[in-house]
Parts: sequence; C-alpha cells; structure tokens
Amino acid sequence: MTTKELDAIRQSKKELIDVRRLVKEQAEEMAKHTGYRKQVLVCGGTGCTSSHSMQVIEHLEKTMKELGIDDVLVVKTGCFGLCALGPIMIVYPEGAFYAQMTPEHVETVVRQHLIKGGEVVKELLYKDTVHPDGSITPFAETPFYKKQMRIALRNCGVIAAEDIEEAIAAGDYSAIEKVLTTMTPDDVIKEVLDSGLRGRGGAGFPTGRKWSFAKASQGDIKYVCCNADEGDPGAFMDRSVLEGDPHSVLEAMTIAGYAIGAHQGYIYVRAEYPVAVQRLKIAIEQAHKYGVLGKNILGLGFDFDIDIRLGAGAFVCGEETALMTSIEGHRGEPRPRPPFPAVKGLFGKPTILNNVETWANINPIIMKGAKWYSSIGTERSKGTKVFALGGKITNVGLVEVPMGTTLREIVEEIGGGIPNGKKFKAAQTGGPSGGCIPADLIDTPIDFDNLVAIGSMMGSGGLIVLDEDTCMVDISKFYLEFTADESCGKCTPCRIGTRRLLDLLTKITEGKGEDGDIEKIEALAEHMKSSSLCALGQSAPNPVLSTLNKFRKEYEDHIYNHHCTAGVCKALLSFTIDKEKCIGCGLCSRNCPVSAISRTDYVAPGHKLASFAIDPAKCIKCGVCQSNCKFKAVERK
Amino acid sequence: MEQCEAKCGTAEQEKALSALIEASRSTPGCLMHILQEAQGIYGYLPMSVQKKIAEGLGISLSEVYGVVTFYSQFSLKPKGKNRISVCLGTACYVKGSDKILEEVEKELGIKCGECTEDGLFSIDSCRCVGACGLAPVMMIGEEVYGRLTPDKVKGILDSYKEATK
Repeated sequence: MTTKELDAIRQSKKELIDVRRLVKEQAEEMAKHTGYRKQVLVCGGTGCTSSHSMQVIEHLEKTMKELGIDDVLVVKTGCFGLCALGPIMIVYPEGAFYAQMTPEHVETVVRQHLIKGGEVVKELLYKDTVHPDGSITPFAETPFYKKQMRIALRNCGVIAAEDIEEAIAAGDYSAIEKVLTTMTPDDVIKEVLDSGLRGRGGAGFPTGRKWSFAKASQGDIKYVCCNADEGDPGAFMDRSVLEGDPHSVLEAMTIAGYAIGAHQGYIYVRAEYPVAVQRLKIAIEQAHKYGVLGKNILGLGFDFDIDIRLGAGAFVCGEETALMTSIEGHRGEPRPRPPFPAVKGLFGKPTILNNVETWANINPIIMKGAKWYSSIGTERSKGTKVFALGGKITNVGLVEVPMGTTLREIVEEIGGGIPNGKKFKAAQTGGPSGGCIPADLIDTPIDFDNLVAIGSMMGSGGLIVLDEDTCMVDISKFYLEFTADESCGKCTPCRIGTRRLLDLLTKITEGKGEDGDIEKIEALAEHMKSSSLCALGQSAPNPVLSTLNKFRKEYEDHIYNHHCTAGVCKALLSFTIDKEKCIGCGLCSRNCPVSAISRTDYVAPGHKLASFAIDPAKCIKCGVCQSNCKFKAVERK
Repeated sequence: MEQCEAKCGTAEQEKALSALIEASRSTPGCLMHILQEAQGIYGYLPMSVQKKIAEGLGISLSEVYGVVTFYSQFSLKPKGKNRISVCLGTACYVKGSDKILEEVEKELGIKCGECTEDGLFSIDSCRCVGACGLAPVMMIGEEVYGRLTPDKVKGILDSYKEATK
C-alpha cells in the first residue's frame, strides 16, 4: 500500500468515524453521507463480554433481520470505560448510551429506537444521561466522562477493534506516514523527548531518553519490545488498549524501530488475555496485508516486523530484564543492571521496552507535536494517565485523566463515590509495588512525583478504592501473599524477605502479634529495599510500609488490643447476640453451621420468646448468624 | 517427579507434539511456545512430554522442567473437566473473593490447586481475569460468573454436575 492508498481509506471511512465523535446535530447531518441511518456500537472488551455482550450483538443482529432493518451498522468495539454498567451499547448519531443490556432490552431498543422513525428508549439509558426534566445529556458530559481526557484511549470504544480500515480512518498509521516521509530518526527522538512523555509501566522513566540511549548503542541488530504483561492484579489499562486499538501499539513500535534502527519487535502479552491476544493477531495480519508492517512499509523503504510472545503467568516478567529472558524462552528471572537493555537487552542486542499505554501515546505526540502534549499535565509529569478504577467504588471502570487531577476528582466525581453510604478510607495505587493514599491526602494532584512523595507510586495504573470495611493489615498481607508467591527466587532478600514479612503479617492478623513486631517489619523492609536484585523485591515492602506509615494505629490495635479495627481479621472477631434485641425467632441457631447458638432462659421485656446466645468456644466466626438476623441483634466486634 | 512415564496421551497427541517441535525448533526462544502448545494438546505437561520436548530441542530435561515449574500457567498435574478459577486480584479480593474460594473449596471438598476424584472439577486461583466491574468473579472453563456471593456458588456448581449426569 502506498501513502495515497492509505489516504484513500482514511477519506472513505472518515464520515463513518466522525459520526461517533461529533455532537448530535452535526452527527445527524454527517450520518446521511455514510450510507447508514444509525450505527450501534457494542463493547467487545473483556469486561463487557464477561457480562455477555456477544449475546447482545447476536440478538441485535437477529432482531434487526427479523424486522428487515438493513441500514443500521453494528460495530464491535473496545472498552467504553464504564465496566460496572456492562454490557454497554451506544447508538449514533444520537449518542444514546444504553447500559446493562439484556437480550430483552435489545429487543425493545430495536423495536422502539432502531426502526425507522423510532425514538430513544429513555428508561434503558444510562441514568446519568437522562436529565431530571426528561431531556437527554450527551454521555460525554456525564460526571464519569466529563473530566476525562482521552489520548491513549482515543480510539477505544470508537472504532471496530478488528477492522484496520476503521483504525486508519480514526488516525492510526498517520504518524508512521509522517515519520517516514518528513522526519529523521533524530527528529522523532527529539519530539518524544520534548513531549516529556514518561514510561507508563510504573517507573516513569523518560521515554525519549530510553530511545536515544538505544539509538546511540552500536550494532546492526536492535529490538523494540512492548510490555503487555500487565501483572498488577486489578489493573486492565493495557488490556483495554490492546482490545480496543491494537494498531496504535503496532504503529508506535514501528516508529520506535525507525528511530533507533531496529527492524524487529516483540509484544510480550499475558496469555490470560485471550481477547487481546486474538485482536493483536488479527491486527498484525491486517497490518501486513495493508503494507503498514513488514517489508518496505508504505513503499517508503523501511522494514519492520512484530511477533507476539505469550507470557505464562509470572508477575516478575513485568520487570524488563526478566521479560526479555522470558522471550528468550527461559525462566523469567531478572538480571543485574547495568548493562541496561538499551545497551545489551534481548538476545544480547540493544533493546527498548515500553509498556502498552506508553506506546499508545506516540501517535498523538507525533501528529499534534511535543508542544501540545507537554501543555497537558503537571510540570514534571506530562500528558494523561489511564487508571483502572476498582474496589469499593460505584463506577468501576477505565478512566483517563490529565496528570495533576486530584484523587478526590477521580474517586468522588468520576468514580461516583463509595457505594452503600460507606466512608472512603484509602486508595491503593501501584499494586503490589505501591502503597495506600489515606483520606487526608485525597486532594493531592496525582502525578509520578507526588505519589512517590506521599509513600505510594503511580505504578501501571491500578487504582483500588478501599472503604471503612477494609483492614489495612489484611490488605498488606494480601499483597505480601502475592509477592511471596511471585518472587522468582533468584535473590535471597526477596525470596526469604517476602516470606518472613508475610509470616509477621499473618501472625498479627491472627492475633498473635507481639511488642516489637512492627520494628521487625520495618527493619526487614529496609533490608529488602536496599538489597533485592530487581524492582519486585525492592518494592515488595511498599504496601506494608505505606500502611504502617499512615495506619500505624490499626497495626497497634491488632497487636496490643487484639482487635481488628475494620472487623475483618477473623481470629480477632467476636460475635455476640444483644439479648435485649433478640426476639428469640431462632433463625440464627438454625443456620449456624457448627451449632454454636442455643436458647437461653432470658426473655427480654416486650418479647415472648427467650433470647439466644453464641458459644464463643464453638463459633467459627463465619457471620451467617449476622447476615440472617432481621432484627440486627447479632453484633460483630 | 512421580509422573506417568511414556504412556501418557494417545498416538494422535504424540504425533501433534512431534509436529509442533519440528515446526518451532528453529525459532529463537521457542521453548515457552512449545510448552504452551503442548499443554493445549495434553491438558497438562507430564514428565514424558517434557522429556520428548527436551530431546527434540537438544536441551536438558532440567532446563525444560525449570521453565515449566517457573510459570504458574504450566501444570504438572491433570486438571478437572471443569476448571474453576477464582479471581484473587485486588479488586475481587476487596469485594470478598476469598470467601467465594472458601465456599467453592467447601462445596467440592478439595483445596485450591487440587482436582476432585471423579475428575469433574479442579480449583485454581488466578490474578485478575479483567472483569473487575463484576467483582468478585470466578471462571469455569471460559464462562465468567460475576457479582458472586457465597450463597450463589452451590447453584452454579450444581448446574455443572447436572450437565454431566
């Protein structure tokens, strides 16, 4: 394919894509030129497919066929972001945002909305898009979307993820065209450097610097790698980019190949992401077919190819040297640096490795310029950051906000606050390498440096909200279980340190904590930080240290008072029945799995039957009695 | 290493494995790929299969075994017909997925990492299937069950038991 042909594809589908980006009136005008009266976009990301969005598509197509509707286009896209309300379906040109669709709902929408002369079915819309006066608010103006700025996710949920022509029309491969026709490798590196882009995988190393090191390295064989081994449990940013806009990654890797003089790229992706792997495979195949990958790209004389390598479930493979060892087919153990990968990386050759989200920022930087990009964000952290918002929050999903947005804005406005009227306790960022941000720091503008300053880190973008029912000792233990399990075993401080740290935390949550344990934890943590070989071991104590720093009282409560503040740690719990409230119905007793509840001879004033009591020696603290009691007579302390 | 020797698998599976090794052996770093595909063929990686791969690639068995045991995706034991995977990612954990796992273990009478005697179920935990909006979740085969509570577990497992009757 030549650049002319590329442009022809771009023009031919431009209006089709524009309909999905414009406001109502313009979009309606534009829709007339596309040949489709309406377009229905259904999310085909993992979140929505897990809630059966494929059945939604099937049902949609079946019902439309039955009614003879043939001028409505159905598009399977990547993630829209609002995973909590999946499956999601958006109808253009109106921009009607339907949430939590079932086959019955689909049928209603087809019959009442998609037919000629149909009207939006208001009762099925996402409730935030329906104004109290009955008018419809564009979804881009709802609290969840309003403060977001989509750069890396620009095409996610906009284009058909398995159609390269839609990707091209949406702007993919425009940057490689610009680079190969008008820029030298040094120009490319300068642009990336000037943009201030920092690696989105966690450490925040300036991307342009990495590239310039690799370019300066001597050697005729170099490699470009993409880290798609998203290991932070509870983070799904990279997966969503791969599922929604895989071409943006392929294009960016090609640009980097041109900049540093590499002709081969590898994408290392988790095998646990079957949808992402499948879409990547399709994307690579299509990119070859259209001549934007492989030999003589766009007829402009540059060769670059990309292979996929599947990970096999090892968190440490997110570390760059371990990842490369794994691509080479070995145990994914890290090795000491230097030499850095830019000098000696994959197969011993100069290599650059960036993560998916970093790659997704390259096209806009090249097309709109470093100046534009660096105008977004804070002084030392430019651009936007994608967060996977999860845990105790209403709008679980994927959000992209400019650097410098405060945690409060993310949690309270975009995230819609904490469900069930509970109080915000902390937000965990950076996964097993990060820490917790307590409620009193909720107004901190989020960027790389601020997060480190308050004892956490950006990490790859997992943001788990914790409410008052979360025990901070338990959550540290959870992360240590993870790192102890995932430690590769190569270096002693990490292999044994994580285990000992976990032992100490387990002891505390079991009510066996002793005076001096906190100090032991702190000393051990310092040793691990200073002497572990790679970032996994160096950062493994972070969840403990940050919670110790901000929630020391909870640790002390466990150790000295044998009391779990949040009522989570089973060994420290006790269940009792308030004999004044108990009406003697016996529901708790009948449901108790260990027959620990029996009737007493006490009849409370105003009640007819004698109350019940729990035998603490028999009680296994399962909580069944409490969830069964309709009179709130069972207390958990 | 007390695995069945040489007898594992059918002639067809063995043929597929040979073809796989032959097709991939010249690719640099092919061991992981071969192991992944081989696990697809056999359902797990018995010692005899590892031996064959080591011979086919001209590397030591210990190297193959080292890689197999390093990655959590590879299994030395056969898995159940219905592979249950309870997500213990952070988003699921804070929403109580540990209680879901406990319930599944209790219901089937086996521990995480084990397989029921009739070979019908095996339980594993996993780190994030990516359906955090539905937390807590578990997967049985390819099917994702979301917004779980411990009392829903029995019904789901029963439906699988019914289906095999």
